Amino acid sequence: MSDTLIEIKDLKCRIDNQNILQGLNLKINKGEVHAIMGPNGSGKSTLSSVLAGNDNYEITKGSITFLGEDITEMSPEERSWKGMFLAFQYPVEIPGVSNINFLRTALNERNKYFGIDSIPAKDFLKMVAEKSMLVGLDNKLKNRSVNEGFSGGEKKRNEIFQMAMLNPKLAILDETDSGLDIDALKIVANGVNKLKSSENATVVITHYQRLLDYIVPDFVHVLHEGKIIKTGDKSLALELEKKGYDWLKTDTAI
Amino acid sequence: MSYTEKELKKELDNKSYEFGFVTDIESDKAPIGLNEDIVKLISSKKKEPQWLLNYRLKAFQIWKTMKEPDWAHVKYTKPDFQNISYYSAPKKKKELQSLDEVDPELLKTMEKLGISIEEQKKLSGVAVDFVMDSVSVATSFKDKLGELGIVFCSFSEAVQNHPELIKKYMGTVVPYTDNYYAALNSAVFSDGSFCYIPKGVRCPMELSTYFRINESGTGQFERTLLIADESSYVSYLEGCTAPSRDENQLHAAVVELIALDKAEIKYSTVQNWYPGDKNGKGGVYNFVTKRGICGYRSKISWTQVETGSAVTWKYPSCILKGDYSIGEFYSVAVTNNFQQADTGTKMIHIGKNTKSTIISKGISAGKSQNSYRGLVKIGKGAKNSRNFSQCDSLLMTDQCGAHTYPYIECENPTATVEHEATTSKIGEEQLFYCMQRGISEEKAISLIVNGYAKEVLNKLPMEFAVEAQKLLEISLEGSVG
Ligand SMILES: Nc1ncnc2c1ncn2[C@@H]1O[C@H](COP(=O)(O)OP(=O)(O)O)[C@@H](O)[C@H]1O
Ligand SMILES: [Mg+2]
Repeated sequence: MSDTLIEIKDLKCRIDNQNILQGLNLKINKGEVHAIMGPNGSGKSTLSSVLAGNDNYEITKGSITFLGEDITEMSPEERSWKGMFLAFQYPVEIPGVSNINFLRTALNERNKYFGIDSIPAKDFLKMVAEKSMLVGLDNKLKNRSVNEGFSGGEKKRNEIFQMAMLNPKLAILDETDSGLDIDALKIVANGVNKLKSSENATVVITHYQRLLDYIVPDFVHVLHEGKIIKTGDKSLALELEKKGYDWLKTDTAI
Repeated sequence: MSYTEKELKKELDNKSYEFGFVTDIESDKAPIGLNEDIVKLISSKKKEPQWLLNYRLKAFQIWKTMKEPDWAHVKYTKPDFQNISYYSAPKKKKELQSLDEVDPELLKTMEKLGISIEEQKKLSGVAVDFVMDSVSVATSFKDKLGELGIVFCSFSEAVQNHPELIKKYMGTVVPYTDNYYAALNSAVFSDGSFCYIPKGVRCPMELSTYFRINESGTGQFERTLLIADESSYVSYLEGCTAPSRDENQLHAAVVELIALDKAEIKYSTVQNWYPGDKNGKGGVYNFVTKRGICGYRSKISWTQVETGSAVTWKYPSCILKGDYSIGEFYSVAVTNNFQQADTGTKMIHIGKNTKSTIISKGISAGKSQNSYRGLVKIGKGAKNSRNFSQCDSLLMTDQCGAHTYPYIECENPTATVEHEATTSKIGEEQLFYCMQRGISEEKAISLIVNGYAKEVLNKLPMEFAVEAQKLLEISLEGSVG
């Protein structure tokens, strides 16, 4: 078995006639944590959306291989079933659908795909209790409508709660730290760390080195104009915090 | 995408209308056409008393002078009233004494509808009256209800066994002069359901009627009369299906509710008449007049889930006559393909301190048209009356239409009337969010729509909420665009 979880090769995509990703390469192995940083508008959310299978973006070149399978054309739900998870930068509200019902539907759909019986209510509830503890999700929120009327921080926590419930192979956290105070940040990071194993990997998209004190990355990538322009280790994040991105931008211009 | 458009289409074609089967039962059908003789024939088939025949004939005279209404936001070919058979009864050899004697074909029909009477009896404790084409076929639980003095039977039986109640109340809420279809119904109605709850009695189970049009070339004209005597309570549900046919079938029903002082009636409808095919061919014309009248401190709640019919024209209403009476209207109306619905309610506040609530959730898909039309009228004497209306529309495509026509007439300055309306398109972001979590688009739509309609679905009796949810799912399959 190869250790490669996902491999992105020369990926280009566009939306509304605007090229966003412009030849992106990235390989992630099992057990790794990758951080992606980069200025606003550099394409971080686009990358996570495209990896999750959002077909609003037109892929004009390149490929995505997930667990040895080309998933470039695969539907979002099938990617999800195979272990892809995206914690959204802006989680969506779904009025009238309880968090619990939403997750049960998600799990059952996945089970159906794998030909497994749907999860018994008792086991499901037990799992909910366990996982919500892991991320310190307020008990009340489980029965509320998905993200409806949640505070920014609650939404982010709910994303990680869902992640815990779905136990993905690849989790992409898109600015999950923004909007969290330091205590919430610690709890969320702690939750993410507990879910880490040698079989899965995490991509952390963030602006702040702060989060990386808690979720320690093996690699830090800088994304600029739809391309990774620099890769380093954790120290790169510290450097970026001090110097900003401009020095890198000129670097590539040469 | 692994789930191709083609697969989706195939699934759609297969699932389009689950209830579109025809039952092979011999029926006793009146010759087509409408004239005085037909009215007389129906009346005599039913062995009706003279006064009822006179009532029908008067209604028929009035109907002939009336014009089919055209103010609703619907377009359709007007039915040819001379090309319909006005009476069709499943043939039976003799009077039925018990369920065991019911035609096995008919029992099969009921089972296909998911309402095996036996099951209903055992499991949910719901008493069911089944009306096929025009005639009530079986009423379960009659004895048990009888012990409490509750009468629940077909309208024709009630005419024979409780003529005094029929005579006293029939036509008092919806007079035959009311509108074109009500007049037509009053002339040619063939059966329907009747229910009487005596003073102070809380009906211990849901009462339910299933209507089904089976024969081709027939119309269904049933009448429902429901009387809740002082301080009584009843929850009543009607369900409707019809086979898939190329022609347009006419359904023109009248429902009258009477809630006497301090009584409460909860009336729920799950309407799933055949909507026509995806090109707009066939489907039932559903032209229905439903109205209730409230006495002192009484309450009437209409809850409807409307997913079927090619054209719907329906405004379940409340006349809040008694002081402190309450009227409620909770509606989910789904239209897909070429369906058209013009539905809503009228809340007529007459008594003091009367209160009404209107929650309408329209869902339009395909090329359909979905209109809410409501009137809140506060009379001169309706001091301190209150109304709250909320009309939401959810659009699934760019080709469908949602319209809201709220009319308010207020003649008393102490009243408060609030109206809120929203229109939203089903969010691509919502769908993607669901799909990212492993919920397929179809399922996501059903989840989002059910969430959107939850406030209304929650008002349905438990036993039927699940059925209603399924219906929404089926009606909206492949509807996003
Ligand atoms: N739906 C869209 N239509 C047009 N442009 C878009 C759309 N989504 C993103 N973009 C553009 O793509 C670029 C990258 O955006 P995004 O991926 O959100 O960046 P980041 O997450 O790094 O801040 C931006 O210039 C943004 O304006
Ligand atoms: Mg972003």
